[in-house]
Amino acid sequence: MAVKVMIPTPLRAYADKQETAEVDATTVAEALSALTGRFGDLRKHLYGENGKLRSFVNVYLNDEDIRYLEKESTHVNDGDVISIVPSIAGGSSASTGRESAR
Amino acid sequence: MDQKSTIRISKALEEAIRAHGQQTYPNECCGALLGRDSSSLTGEREITEILPLKNQHEDSPRNRFILTPGDVREAETYSKRSGVELLGWYHSHPDASARPSEFDREHAWPWYSYVIVSVKAGCAEEMNSWRLVDDRSRYDSEKIEINDRAEATKSIG
Repeated sequence: MAVKVMIPTPLRAYADKQETAEVDATTVAEALSALTGRFGDLRKHLYGENGKLRSFVNVYLNDEDIRYLEKESTHVNDGDVISIVPSIAGGSSASTGRESAR
Repeated sequence: MDQKSTIRISKALEEAIRAHGQQTYPNECCGALLGRDSSSLTGEREITEILPLKNQHEDSPRNRFILTPGDVREAETYSKRSGVELLGWYHSHPDASARPSEFDREHAWPWYSYVIVSVKAGCAEEMNSWRLVDDRSRYDSEKIEINDRAEATKSIG
């Protein structure tokens, strides 16, 4: 399935300055894997050391947050659009143990 | 930290960020920085507008801020409509320094400028700007150059 991945502005420098990339995939995980396979420098900004998507990286399939679908196992169809959308978080001191950047 | 880039901002906008930090004290304020980016050519960015936004962190707004993907999308849409770029974000550190915390670094995106204003006992003090380095290991500081041109504080709320 040919799907389009929308790359957010802060990551375009790691993707040949492209706004979008077309990849072949049957799931969101495969699409992101194809994307980071093509643009290796994206990986550290999308995934933590545990290999999971960072908490402030939000992935939408055609405007639906994949957390409310089948997460990265969500199936994709020809012509689908996957968007990577930042959430922005920070703060002045150490973790309080109840953090979420979602 | 090395100073590799400069952001230029009007006195009015710099004061608006400080005022926002004082207004939300003892909680953190946050907002978007909009403007023009020439950093890949000249190392400079010009902030022409700020968008004060609501800190969505409900558990610990005194030492945390969060902006949802919806907030980010709204800011992006607004900036496109206005013909400017979404260049980064500002937030305050109530009763703490204007340096990024480890939590800031862990949650940062590259490329964006992160302006931090220290607000001590309700009074805005030091303000610094930072950019995450490519390998995510640290921030580089950015020079803040303040000019006297009048610019706008907008609201999309």
